[in-house]
Amino acid sequence: MSGACQTAPAVPARLSGQHGGSPAACTASGALTALLGGAGLGIGVTALFHTFRPVQIGWVLPLVGVRLALGPLGGIFVAVIGAVAIAVGVYSIGYARGAHLPRFTLVVLPLFVAAMLLVPAAGSVTTLLLCWELMAVASLILVLTEHRRSAVRSAGVLYAVLSQLGFAALLLGLLILSASARADSFATLAAHLDRVSPGTRTVVFVLTLVGFGSKAGLLPLHAWLPRAHAEAPSPVSALMSAAMVTIGIYGLLRIDLQLLGPGPRWWGLTLLMTGGVSAVFGVLHASVATDLKRMLAYSTTENMGLITLALGASTLLAAAGARDVAAIAMTAALVHVVAHAAFKTLAFLAAGSVLAGTGLRDLDQLGGLARRMPATTVLFGVAALGACGLPLGAGFVSEWLLLQSLIHAPHNQNTLLALAMPLAMGVIALSTGLAVAAMVKAFGVGFLARPRSLGAAQAREASPSMLVGMGLAGSACAVLGVAPALLGPALSRVLVQLPAGHGGGTPRLGWLLRLPGVAGSVSPGWLAGGVVVGIAVAIGVGRWGARQRPEPAVSALWACGAQQLTPRMQYTATSFAEPLQRVFDDALRPDIDVQVSHYAESQYLLERVAYRARVSDAIEQHLYEPVVRAVQVWSGWVRRLHNGSVHVYLAYGALGLLIVLIVAA
Amino acid sequence: MTAWASVATGMQVVGVLAGSPFLVGGMRQVRARLEGRAGAGVGQPWRDLRKQLRKQSVNPAGTTAVFTLAPAVVAGTTLLIAAAIPLISTGSPLDSGVDLFAVVGLLFLGTVALTLAGLDTGTAFGGMGASREITIAALVEPTILLAVFALSIPARSANLSAIVTRAAHDPAQVISPAGVLAFVALAVVIIAETGRLPVDNPATHLELTMVHEAMVLEYAGPRLALVEWAASMRLTVLLALLANLFLPVGIAGSHPGAPGVLLGVAVIAVKVAVLAGLLAGAEVFMAKLRLFRVPELLAGSFLLALLAVTVSSFFAATSS
Repeated sequence: MSGACQTAPAVPARLSGQHGGSPAACTASGALTALLGGAGLGIGVTALFHTFRPVQIGWVLPLVGVRLALGPLGGIFVAVIGAVAIAVGVYSIGYARGAHLPRFTLVVLPLFVAAMLLVPAAGSVTTLLLCWELMAVASLILVLTEHRRSAVRSAGVLYAVLSQLGFAALLLGLLILSASARADSFATLAAHLDRVSPGTRTVVFVLTLVGFGSKAGLLPLHAWLPRAHAEAPSPVSALMSAAMVTIGIYGLLRIDLQLLGPGPRWWGLTLLMTGGVSAVFGVLHASVATDLKRMLAYSTTENMGLITLALGASTLLAAAGARDVAAIAMTAALVHVVAHAAFKTLAFLAAGSVLAGTGLRDLDQLGGLARRMPATTVLFGVAALGACGLPLGAGFVSEWLLLQSLIHAPHNQNTLLALAMPLAMGVIALSTGLAVAAMVKAFGVGFLARPRSLGAAQAREASPSMLVGMGLAGSACAVLGVAPALLGPALSRVLVQLPAGHGGGTPRLGWLLRLPGVAGSVSPGWLAGGVVVGIAVAIGVGRWGARQRPEPAVSALWACGAQQLTPRMQYTATSFAEPLQRVFDDALRPDIDVQVSHYAESQYLLERVAYRARVSDAIEQHLYEPVVRAVQVWSGWVRRLHNGSVHVYLAYGALGLLIVLIVAA
Repeated sequence: MTAWASVATGMQVVGVLAGSPFLVGGMRQVRARLEGRAGAGVGQPWRDLRKQLRKQSVNPAGTTAVFTLAPAVVAGTTLLIAAAIPLISTGSPLDSGVDLFAVVGLLFLGTVALTLAGLDTGTAFGGMGASREITIAALVEPTILLAVFALSIPARSANLSAIVTRAAHDPAQVISPAGVLAFVALAVVIIAETGRLPVDNPATHLELTMVHEAMVLEYAGPRLALVEWAASMRLTVLLALLANLFLPVGIAGSHPGAPGVLLGVAVIAVKVAVLAGLLAGAEVFMAKLRLFRVPELLAGSFLLALLAVTVSSFFAATSS
């Protein structure tokens, strides 16, 4: 059976027809990025424990100037972005040399990091919008690095449209807020919030949710993620997926929950539902995707969904008066932001190494990398374990905290909570289960087994600087998975700044995780130690009778009586995910095409079977395409108005002037 | 925590290690007798293990460390669960560090290790078994966590000793609608997780029906022994957990003495034997479900678990 499914193009590791920057330029760009990251990490951590005075720079923007103010909440995000940038900066030195990234990419990469670091440091509405747009434009330029490929161009257009759509919503929302409170800086806004009516707050909430949600990759504005993250150079994908999308979460926290909050119950419910739907949708697509980077991008949507769900749960719980439990949910969201940044940086960087080493990102053609790229394989394994949310992985603690906050929801006559919490639990559980399937598929099919193509068979291990960059991210994952206690002091400083953290205790992230006010504890360190001891015991038990055994032998694999197993007989990513695709047929609506051709002699002898399955994004198909069609029809009408005749344009001018005069009179 | 509590924890681990092959042997014996066969005897799995452990270790060509380590990971995580959960006494020193969510996570860690080993062989069988196993596991996870949710609501904690102690103080809650629903959901999930009928047939060697057996097809000799031992330990641990969560009788407290621990050992052995006998007896009357009917079964158990949670949180909401 010949299977060709969702074939991602074999991307050349070298960009054809483009002159890459010189090796010195690559080193300079990477080093500058890492240095900026280091500065960001330092400033962010300092901001957590020490209050910076706001800085007003008048000459940058006319009339209002730029205002920078960094508190603990901004500090933790600046620190996370900085830490991601360090790993990516070091990695990109080797990657840029190998992939011959063009000069403009090398220049824009540090600029992008700088813009991202400035967003959480913005102290006023105008500064936030300025930095936001700088970040969006810089990332768009980076996505378009390989603009000679049409897939990149179409991804770029989609990203530009959705990013600007989000920005427009954000601009409108924040301007309405700023105008009704008659203030620009966040500090003054918070002081004069009583001037903003509840109706205006609702409008601002909805508009900013659209704006921040589009950046965080939440449904229904997520469609740019799988395209742009897949087509951008891998260090850029890592920066976007681990750092930039979390800025969307920062926006939700800073504007919607901290500044406007504590919001009414339906805000919490909206966040909970948006997050839940995004999580399940994202993970479903991740579990059937066969393009490695596309799969990781969908997993980003899932994780941002889980964080948003935690924010919603926290808001709901705080509105129900359960302060302690609300603080647990909020802690879960913050820990997951940090954990996701760690494992997603590592995952995208490892995917970049695979792309650089094989020229492939289609899982159906990969395989057998464990032998050729052992370090990358181990590091991707660490990232995948983190993304699974299983014990020892980076994502376990946050998931545990989130589940704990759901089971400890109060039941004082609150039917909404009594219904919402179990459903949220089901959503989280389903997304964890499917995330495990997606990650096992990526690791097992992509890195283990035998190579399915020539590119995979000739894979080369990543260069030393790439390995160092991945190693940094990998050690962050390991620390988060085993000793999350290190985050404890920072998180308690952030929590008191948020409405959900007021008045309640904070979870103690010690060696033993303890929850405030409710019973529940777990120890990731003990779990890790216990698993190691358990494995040692199991190996010891398995040695029983070892002295009587003959020497170990190597034997061929069982080939069902055939002469030899060929790599084509293996399961591919498509066939691995086929049962899940079949189970979730109604939600995924795959487009399957099976062509059977027979030999001319007999109808009963099959010559070949061609199987093609394409899972396209249902939301992109059913929501975006009608809108795009409508815009096209409308622009067709508009096009008729400017037909190139100067006479007609003069008539328009005269008509316009006439209308203005009439209105003015 | 007393010295006897640590002894009880050690006995849990040793008991699971030593007793699990007898459990599987007993289940096969029950099944054989009900089918009119003489059966190989309760000790046959032990004899198989001894035989396999003495055989030559065979490495299939082209496999990596994942394949070599996976059996130890499955066995190791299961042993950790055996040490942490309240089987004989509720005073395990690991109790505060390993709650029910962590137990579920550890179980999945073992499943993941074995699926990766299946994929690592690069054969059609390994991939097929891994793909089926992970599909079932992904669908089982929501049900397990919801059942955990339903169990933790009355105890207000997901820590196992708290749940068991609470259920021991208030036996009526076990036969409440929520308790019954959660029990059924958890039972279905355990059957799916341990690869019993009707989800998977542990005795099959027919490609079309294999799930777990296909995944471990390349294992032989000592490693196969460890895989089979780990599978039986998982079954033992899960049955014991099910018994103690819903019938917390005879469990020594958090500060047990020698008589309490001995009684605990006897009681848990009887409970697990009865549950295993019932499971084996029921399996005689069942055929394996078609693979794509399994999700329907799991969806049904998910629905039961969801009902259990809603019922129990509604009761909690209206009674408080």
